[in-house]
Amino acid sequence: MMTRVLASVAAIFIATTALSEDIKLAVTTSFENSGLSEVLLPAIKEDIGLDVQLLVVGTGQALRLGQAGDVDAILVHSRAAEEKFVEEGYGTYRREIMYNDFVFIGPAADPAEIASSSSAVVALQKIAGTAPPFVSRGDDSGTHKMELSLWESAGLDPAEFADWYRAVGSGMGASLNTAAGLDAYILADRASWLNFGNKADLALLFSGDPALFNQYAFLAVNPEKHPHVRNDLAVKLETWLTSPRAAELINSYQINGETLFTFNAQPR
Amino acid sequence: MSDIFEGLSAAFWLVVTLDPELLQISLRSLQVSLTALVIACAIALPFGTFLAIRRFRYRRLAISVLNALMGLPPVVVGLIVYILLSRSGPFGVLGLLFTPTAMVIAQVIIITPLIASITHQAMRELWAEYHDLLISLNTSAAQRIRTLIWDGRRNLLTAALAGFGRGIGEVGAIMIVGGNIDNATRVLTTAIALETGKGDFALALALGFVLIALAIGVNICIHWLSRTEREGRW
Repeated sequence: MMTRVLASVAAIFIATTALSEDIKLAVTTSFENSGLSEVLLPAIKEDIGLDVQLLVVGTGQALRLGQAGDVDAILVHSRAAEEKFVEEGYGTYRREIMYNDFVFIGPAADPAEIASSSSAVVALQKIAGTAPPFVSRGDDSGTHKMELSLWESAGLDPAEFADWYRAVGSGMGASLNTAAGLDAYILADRASWLNFGNKADLALLFSGDPALFNQYAFLAVNPEKHPHVRNDLAVKLETWLTSPRAAELINSYQINGETLFTFNAQPR
Repeated sequence: MSDIFEGLSAAFWLVVTLDPELLQISLRSLQVSLTALVIACAIALPFGTFLAIRRFRYRRLAISVLNALMGLPPVVVGLIVYILLSRSGPFGVLGLLFTPTAMVIAQVIIITPLIASITHQAMRELWAEYHDLLISLNTSAAQRIRTLIWDGRRNLLTAALAGFGRGIGEVGAIMIVGGNIDNATRVLTTAIALETGKGDFALALALGFVLIALAIGVNICIHWLSRTEREGRW
């Protein structure tokens, strides 16, 4: 009895599903948390019959996955790191797709008074001056890299900060949860913030500085480095992502009446 | 606190409406953990019994290592399996990374020592009882292992269920080797981590309650199938 049951259970579970045209795409947590992927992926499936399997990781890890050839393409937002990726031959070129912006989130009472800042750098200097809790992604993601470069522009070094500066080493959503729990300041991308469900006492305090511009780019993994990657599918996906249909979907994606992303791919 | 009630009601509606996505990830959770359990048992039960009945030179060391491995950190297992299965790793050509198979491999590594260790404990006592009989019948090692496994099946069930519990509730390793891909490698625990990340605590909790219910359900099923804890038979 027992053996027969076990055998049939094993038979059911060992059978694996047949694979259709699958492409593995590593994307940043902000792309997934914003909810845009839920709009784009069904459209891609419908238009070009491609099943996009998303690996939602930080930009740092996405680039690592691309280097190892574990994914076919990546969609990330950290220009310097992307250019290095292409330079080292892991990708053939980078193609800009869309942008949104980073925003400063913090306790609605705003103890550091950053809401009235003239620029992002001034806002950070105010935060460092009053030293309220500040949550950093600390995971080598695009958002983390942006935050570090802003600190650098402000002439400050996070390594020297006291324990009001908390590097949590998590994705955007998890970091926002931490910030909500600590009533802390945090740098987030606008899309993730708008789509975030646990806002607690936090509010959007500062945005609009051109320094906070957040460009997303698509990079296909170089088939010369990794012959097994599906470059044909990656190119197909790139063509779709830069098409008028994608432009319409991206530009019309809204949460609470706010547009989240602006399509800016250049035809080539 | 209200989050918990919202979670409970969300869980109730998900189950009542047979949400197709919930169904899919629950089945995948079961598929991965039960497959891992079957494979792990096939390795761990004979091995644990073998350790109990055989005397060999490094037996103490083997048992200590086995007990220590019970606490193997899933994240580390995940990372090692990831590196091995990565396209630039030694088994990259198999293309197994980010598939349910990779998740099964990681879980087998995590739960095998646990099952083997509990098996060894249970079998040691049983062997003390059966020692003289089996020796005097001049049985072979394989026959002894088989007899002990059969007669100790109640204890081994506990070992297997402990392994299953560790597998189905595990998130660290399968997140790394599976990648939490929607429609491909998303299971209950990774979906909970994802929804928590989105700040959607109600849905995360709902999935959590479904997971707990699933674990209880499987335990009850296995007890029922193996007819333990019945009047006159226990």
